[in-house]
Amino acid sequence: MLAKRIIPCLDVRDGRVVKGTNFEGLRDMADPVELARFYNDSGADELVFYDITASAEGRGLFTDILRRVASEIFIPLTVGGGIRGLEDFDRVLKCGADKVSVNSGAIADPSIIAAAAKRYGDQCVVLSMDVKRVEGQFRLFAKGGREDTGIDAMEWAVRGVGDGAGEIVLNSIDTDGVKGGFDLEMLDALAARVKVPIIASGGAGNMEHFAELFTHPGVDAGLAASIFHTRQVDIRELKRFLRGKGVEMRL
Amino acid sequence: MTAIVDYGVGNLFSLQSSLRALGVEAEVTCEAERLRAADRVILPGVGAFGDARAKLDATGLVPILLEEAERKPLLGICLGMQLLFDRSFEYGEHPGLGLVPGEVAFLGEDLADKALKVPHMGWNSLEIERDDPLFKYFKDGEYVYYVHSYYARDCRESTLGTSRYGNLAVTGAVRRGNVWGTQFHPEKSGDAGLRLLRAFAEL
Repeated sequence: MLAKRIIPCLDVRDGRVVKGTNFEGLRDMADPVELARFYNDSGADELVFYDITASAEGRGLFTDILRRVASEIFIPLTVGGGIRGLEDFDRVLKCGADKVSVNSGAIADPSIIAAAAKRYGDQCVVLSMDVKRVEGQFRLFAKGGREDTGIDAMEWAVRGVGDGAGEIVLNSIDTDGVKGGFDLEMLDALAARVKVPIIASGGAGNMEHFAELFTHPGVDAGLAASIFHTRQVDIRELKRFLRGKGVEMRL
Repeated sequence: MTAIVDYGVGNLFSLQSSLRALGVEAEVTCEAERLRAADRVILPGVGAFGDARAKLDATGLVPILLEEAERKPLLGICLGMQLLFDRSFEYGEHPGLGLVPGEVAFLGEDLADKALKVPHMGWNSLEIERDDPLFKYFKDGEYVYYVHSYYARDCRESTLGTSRYGNLAVTGAVRRGNVWGTQFHPEKSGDAGLRLLRAFAEL
């Protein structure tokens, strides 16, 4: 059967992984290539790279890193951050990305989803959304969660999938950083509306949170950054733990 | 030399990188001469069947591929595997290369559990049904990476391995004579996938 996926996320700025990393034995803890290699060896099912660089110079560094990672690591790579048009899709796909994640770029110009799906296929387009509860509604936020768009997030997801998004990353602002568990209510609400794979993000604090997450059949993958980077949770250990709980895992 | 057929479909970066990592000499080409000179040929592909078939036809390489498949190992990957069959029903009916008997149909049509997601995307274990040199370094039940909405059916006699998805034993790997195909992406299937490519490169 299809395995559930565990996905570490690397935020890269000016060629370095930001967010604290705490790995013993790694030569350079903030080197994205080294970290990617480590995650690959510890059984990560996929890697997500977010480019949080603002400068053109940083952007060049990012694509160099991507090319180096893609040349030696042979699991799916998703790239996001600063994706505003087809030329951005093209730039990262040429460097070895398999999927491209759009967030604010799709809010600024929703036609990017359909255009990219038509050119590269649905499987290539990941719709990433930052969502927060506002006045009893799941509200879509832009600009890294700083700006309320006023858009109903579930409607946004349905529209994105209709336009060709092949996968959704749902990041709950309400649970992000709290480490109290994933936002299961929000994830269930999304799973009831779309049929594409859903990647849960925001709130993972320990292994139990993943076990709880995967009792919800509509969720396909769990994504986290700091708990993996700080080694609070080891991916191989997590996957063994989940398999012990009856969750299908690639070991 | 391993020739990777370039017909303007899909991203060849990972495939090239994985062969390079294995120390296999590979060349991306759309020239008949290079396919003839190659020791083996890989037919990649992502996207829609009809579009890919039209692009492959436009290269003029189809007769060469059919000829060379008689003489040397050919591996179709993902949509490249689907192209090996007789026909596909993706958005209409399109003829395939007819190198492996069978047809390509929509997964959603045959899945009994309509709650199961299509595309079939992610890591699934490949159950070996028939031993083959392709599995020289591959263990039964290892996980491989799939992304597809259509699958090959009515191809029992060519099937080497399948992956369980709901009620379906999804065709994962096939072989007929010199022609192999994998629905999954060996170049994205981690170490297990690299070992499979290594075995192909040794054929």
